[in-house]
Amino acid sequence: MASGVRPRVKVPKSASAGETITLKTLISHPMESGQRKDSSGNVIPRSIINRFTCEFNGQMVVDVTMEPAISTNPYFEFDATVPEAGEFKFTWYDDDGDVYEDTKAIAIG
Amino acid sequence: MEFTRRDTLALGLGAAALTVLPFRVAASADDKIAEFTGGADMKSEGITLTAPEIAENGNTVPITVDAPGAASIMVLATGNPTPGVATFNFGALAGSQSATTRIRLAGTQDVVAIAKFEDGSFARAASTVKVTIGGCGG
Repeated sequence: MASGVRPRVKVPKSASAGETITLKTLISHPMESGQRKDSSGNVIPRSIINRFTCEFNGQMVVDVTMEPAISTNPYFEFDATVPEAGEFKFTWYDDDGDVYEDTKAIAIG
Repeated sequence: MEFTRRDTLALGLGAAALTVLPFRVAASADDKIAEFTGGADMKSEGITLTAPEIAENGNTVPITVDAPGAASIMVLATGNPTPGVATFNFGALAGSQSATTRIRLAGTQDVVAIAKFEDGSFARAASTVKVTIGGCGG
């Protein structure tokens, strides 16, 4: 499912070595909680993103386990330390097995 | 209408069951806490949970958790049909042990955050959020 899922990530273009930067991520996703009912009274099955990870050059920054109480279009803001130039990799894991990925490079300067 | 002895007993039992039910819901949040901490004691310092006092829309309530030195932070909404919200596990390159997200709240309730530190200790913070419109489509 989940048509039109689009990740959006905000990462500074450059940072000085060892600097702590703030990352903001948002992914468009309905996050159907499994609690709602449709007009004929049937429960709409749960369909959420259940895990989000952020890595920098293969090293873990944050790993979030998500449950249905996370709002539609999950938003996360967190800090990361940048030891060297490289690439941030963001991964979202959907209930239906889909994996959404985004990468952002950052330079030292 | 007349009440027989049997009816009266049944009514009493029903009423007793009704008063117990809300505690059952709260207990599942306690179960989650016990699972996370293993029953260990929790300090009240070392963790900050920032949540609005009044949330007009329970569908998106912004919250921030901050626990310097924590390995992971679990967030619970004690009044939701399922109390779990999210668990943040911080890796080696986390710049700070804090995170901001938006959550759903079914109604006015306590939001609880529990931090697990590297040394195996735990800290707990709670905040009451008043919700004007619930966020579970009920």
